[in-house]
Amino acid sequence: MSKKLAWYAGVVVLFAGALWAPLYNRVEPSVFGIPFFYWFQFCWIIVTAVATALAYKARL
Amino acid sequence: MNWPALTVFIILFVFVTVLGFYAARWRRGNLNSIDEWGLGGRRFGTLITWFLLGGDLYTAYTFIAVPALVFGRGAIGFFAVPYTLMVFPFVFMVFPRLWSVAKRHGYITAADFVRGRFDSRLLGLLVAVTGILATLPYIALQLVGIQVVIAAMGFDGTGLVGDLPLIIAFLILAAYTYTSGLRAPAMIAIVKDVLIYVTVIVAVIVIPFHLGGYGNIFKAIPTDKLLLAPPTDTSFGAYTAYATLAFGSALALFLYPHSVTGLLSASSRGAVKRNMALLPAYSLALALIALLGYMAVAAGVANLPEFASYFDRYGSSFAVPALFLHELPDWFSGLAFAAIAIGALVPAAIMSIAAANLFTRNIYREFLRPGCSEKHEAGTAKFVSLLVKVGALAFIVFLPNKYAIQLQLLGGIWIIQTLPAIVIGLYTRWLHRRALALGWLAGMAIGTWMAAAQHFSTSIYPLDVGGFTVAGYAALYSLAVNLSVCVALTFAFKLVGAQHDADATVSEDYDEDMPRLA
Repeated sequence: MSKKLAWYAGVVVLFAGALWAPLYNRVEPSVFGIPFFYWFQFCWIIVTAVATALAYKARL
Repeated sequence: MNWPALTVFIILFVFVTVLGFYAARWRRGNLNSIDEWGLGGRRFGTLITWFLLGGDLYTAYTFIAVPALVFGRGAIGFFAVPYTLMVFPFVFMVFPRLWSVAKRHGYITAADFVRGRFDSRLLGLLVAVTGILATLPYIALQLVGIQVVIAAMGFDGTGLVGDLPLIIAFLILAAYTYTSGLRAPAMIAIVKDVLIYVTVIVAVIVIPFHLGGYGNIFKAIPTDKLLLAPPTDTSFGAYTAYATLAFGSALALFLYPHSVTGLLSASSRGAVKRNMALLPAYSLALALIALLGYMAVAAGVANLPEFASYFDRYGSSFAVPALFLHELPDWFSGLAFAAIAIGALVPAAIMSIAAANLFTRNIYREFLRPGCSEKHEAGTAKFVSLLVKVGALAFIVFLPNKYAIQLQLLGGIWIIQTLPAIVIGLYTRWLHRRALALGWLAGMAIGTWMAAAQHFSTSIYPLDVGGFTVAGYAALYSLAVNLSVCVALTFAFKLVGAQHDADATVSEDYDEDMPRLA
C-alpha cells in the first residue's frame, strides 16, 4: 500500500511540474542556446516516462 | 510537379496499400464477427499495440497542426508537451480497468460498458452519440493533412480535379478497411511509425545543422513568442490557458472512440500497462516535431516567393511541408510527406472503425435491430465505416476546411463530457444514471456556448472572476459544470429514494489479469 501511496504522490508532483508554468516560463538557465522553457519540459517527459516504467516494474 | 518526391511518395503508398489488403490474412480470424473485424480479435501483443496506439494517437493533423501553432503563435503551441506527458501515467492508472471489464463482458466500445454498468440504454446512447460526433470531424481533419502534402508535391489544380489524388487515396483506404478491419491499420501503423521516426530524427539533426545550431534557431524567435505571456494585474496571462489546455486534452484523449478501440484490441492487461511506460517515446518525438515550427521561422520559409501561394491557401499548416522542401533533398521530402499521408490513413481507418462499432453496437443493435445475427452486425459495421469515410471526404471536398477545424475543436469539448460516466464509472456507480445524463447535457450546452461565444475560433474561454480574467480550456470549465450537476443531482435523487442497483459488472471484473468471457 505504501508503494501505491508513493506513486500517487509522485504523479501529483509530476503533473504539478508539468502544469505550473511559473516554474519553467523563463529563458535562463539556457543550455546550448535552448531556453529553459523548452529543455525543462523535454526532460520532464523523460522523468515522467521513467517514473511510469518504475510503477510498472513495481506491479502497481 | 516535384517528380523525385512524388516517386518516393507513390512507392511507399503502393506498399502500404498492398499491406492493407494483405492484413486480412494476418492472424486469420472470422472477419464476419465484429470482435474480429473491429478489434482485431483482441490479439495484439505489446509491440503491435505500441505501434497501433502510437499510430492512432499521433495523427497527421498533429504533425501538421502542432508545429503550425508553434510557428504562428510561439510557446503556447508547446502545450502539446505537458499534454502528452500526462496522458500516459493517467491512462496507466485508470484504463487497465476498462480493458479488464471489457474483456470479461465482451464490450467493444465505452458505450457498451456504460450501458452495462449503469443499466441505462439512454446513457449508453449518449456516450455513443458523443463519440461519433467527436470522431467525424477528426477524420475529416486527417484529410486536410493529406491535402497539404499532396499540394506540396505540386498538385495545385483546383476543384474536383485538384482533389482527385485525395479521393483516390481515401477510396483505397476505405476498401482495405472494409475487407481487413482493424488488422489493416495495425499493420500499416508499423510502416507509418518507422517513417515518422526516420523523418523526425533526420530533420532535427540536418535542419539545425543548416541553420547554424539550435541557439541560432531560438535567436530567430521574437521574444514575445519565446515564452508564455506572464500574468498581469487583471489576468493570469497565458499560464492558465496553457495548463488547462494540457490537462483537459490529457483527460480527453482516451475517451475518444479510436483510443478505446486501440486499447481494447490489446491481448492482455499487461500489454496495456507496458505500453503506458513505452508510449512516451512518441511524446519525445512530438516535442521535437513541435520545434520544427521554430525551424520554419528561422529558415524564413514564410517569406519565400515560391511558397507564397501555399501559405495563402493553407496558412501556418504549410510551415512544415515548406521547411522540408526548402531544407532537405526532394526525395527525402517525398518520404516525409508519405510519413504524414500514411500518418493520416492509420488514424482515419481506426476512427472510422471505432465510429462504426459505436453505431452498430450501441445504436443499430440496441434500438433498431435488436438480436440481429453476428454476421449481420459485422456487415453493418463494415458498411458504416465506408459511409463515415465517404461523408468525411465529401465534407472536405465540398466545404471550406475551417468548418472541419471548428467542429474538431468542439469535438474535444464534447468528448470530455463522457468522463463522469466512463472514468468515474470505472471506480464507482455512486453517481446516479439520471444525474449523469443531466450533467452530460449541462456540460454539452455550456461547453458549446463557450466555444460559440468565441465564434468557434478558439477553445480558450476568458472566464471573468470579479474583473480578473482566468482564460482556460472550455472543455475543462464545462466538465466542472457537468461534474457539479452530477454530484448535486445524485444527492437529490438519493434523497427522494430513487435507488437503482442493477449493475452487469462486479468489482472483481475490473482488476483481473486474465478475465474469462462471462
